[in-house]
Amino acid sequence: MERKMGKATRDAYGETLVEIGKINPNVIVLDADLSKSTKSVLFSEKFPERFINVGIQEANLVGVAVGLASCGKIPFISSFASFLVSKGFDQFRMGVAFSELNVKVIGSHGGITVGEDGASQMSIEDIALMTSLPGFVVMVPSDEVSARALVLETAKYVGPVYIRTGRPKAPLVHKAGTEFKIGKGVRIREGKDLTIIANGLEVFEALEAAERLADEGISASVIDMHTVKPLDTELVLEEAKRTGHILVAEEHQIWGGLGSAVATFLAKKHPCKMGFVAIQDTFAESGKGDELLEKYGLTYPHIIKAAKKLLGR
Amino acid sequence: MEKLSVDQLKAKAKLVRRHIVEMTGAAASGHPGGSLSATDMLVALYFNLMDHNPQDPQWPDRDRLILSKGHASPALYAAMAEVGYFDPKTLKDFRSLGSPLQGHPDRRKLPGVEASTGSLGQGLSIGIGMALARRLDQKNYYTYVITSDGEMNEGQTWEAAAMAAHHKVDHLIAFLDYNKYQLDDSTKNICDMEPVVEKWKAFRWHTFEIDGHDIKQILNAVEKAKKVKGEPVMIISHTVKGKGVSFMEGNNAFHGVAPTADEVQKALKELV
Repeated sequence: MERKMGKATRDAYGETLVEIGKINPNVIVLDADLSKSTKSVLFSEKFPERFINVGIQEANLVGVAVGLASCGKIPFISSFASFLVSKGFDQFRMGVAFSELNVKVIGSHGGITVGEDGASQMSIEDIALMTSLPGFVVMVPSDEVSARALVLETAKYVGPVYIRTGRPKAPLVHKAGTEFKIGKGVRIREGKDLTIIANGLEVFEALEAAERLADEGISASVIDMHTVKPLDTELVLEEAKRTGHILVAEEHQIWGGLGSAVATFLAKKHPCKMGFVAIQDTFAESGKGDELLEKYGLTYPHIIKAAKKLLGR
Repeated sequence: MEKLSVDQLKAKAKLVRRHIVEMTGAAASGHPGGSLSATDMLVALYFNLMDHNPQDPQWPDRDRLILSKGHASPALYAAMAEVGYFDPKTLKDFRSLGSPLQGHPDRRKLPGVEASTGSLGQGLSIGIGMALARRLDQKNYYTYVITSDGEMNEGQTWEAAAMAAHHKVDHLIAFLDYNKYQLDDSTKNICDMEPVVEKWKAFRWHTFEIDGHDIKQILNAVEKAKKVKGEPVMIISHTVKGKGVSFMEGNNAFHGVAPTADEVQKALKELV
């Protein structure tokens, strides 16, 4: 099926932030000298008095947000996921999670589709790190429709939130007007043989895979599990009971991502056959985004292969 | 809040020091040395300098205090108890299971604690955020941060230093509890940060240099600091680790080790 290309999720974030800024005067946006890339620049142009560029310093960025949040402000802080999550991690741990403060964290350029800039700029571990912090909501939107809706939900939600956005344009996988709730997965396609649970760009790859599998007589459900934490365990359980085969696909290191979250839950509640499409414990490299997805095993042919293996076909 | 006189503050400081010795002794753990060095600043702040209301810890216009060197929690708790945030009888539960008096300050557990600290280097950044919120809200409160010489080793301290000056953050008054020791040894031997005053000046902070145990000097420095516009303030306070107890003064063995029962009794005899 032909799918229309949409905006990058980082663009959807930047545009939505402006909408939120108009409604909520308590929203303060901070960036660490990457606002043109994270797209928080759009907010800075509209509301310069509520935008703080701290310079290239992620630890202080988080700390300043903690101080603002403790005075009732709602800070949205963005930088590249690779730098923000790792260099701000202790500050997220102590200042945000442990302190239970209302700080919104947006890590852009998540995953390996950062492309040409290479492995140092790619975050393949952000989900593992952020889900390890008690109380953090962790999300990976798949396209501009879901990114917009989930950023709006984030502004209404009280508590720490991490959202990963992506650099490249993302194919549209959701219809405009689709409803999104934090912690509620979206079933885009219903099948009976297996369920592909994915997030981020992998939702598109999963849909592509499902269509081709259908041609071969394999019927696959596709779930956009945009929220990794809290995981929509109800939906996972329902699918596991119905299809008995769960394949998780994510643009993340295989250790500690969505696959781990789903597997931990199912091991406890409903053990079933599982497969994992993810980055296999390695760093990526420079290249074009789609070349990298292919080389590191994340495109739909890889999902098809994993699905067949899972079904023993 | 009624403001105590210099003599009354000195008496309170003695009382707080007694609590520190007793609390750490009872818990058989904690950090008495750096608590005793920070005592006079905390007492001056809570009993004279700060505009706050222990009956209403969330009062939006209150002055804020962040103990960035969170291991000095005994001094913070003792001062907070004496000024009325909670019953001083609670101090005996320091570090015990279920107590609001955690080993290091936890804002979720003890009302009046402005920031959870204990991982060094974070307090100044949080203070900047509070001071920026003040500016946005056009309020008049001050944010105080107590940081330490050891904490200056942390990179985040200097991120915060540069950023605060660039953004002309005022109403932010920090104390550097310069007791010349860190956990392993003297600051001279571990990671000497001298020239300290020149560093803060070079980072474009307004600086004062005082004896951190002289109550009058503390009060004077803060009165002057409050008048500084467009610059953050660092009050470099020369202090003595273990101040007030002869056998603890300058004795780094008491950085993170509590006095024994005998030592507690000996110390209390000196603190009268």
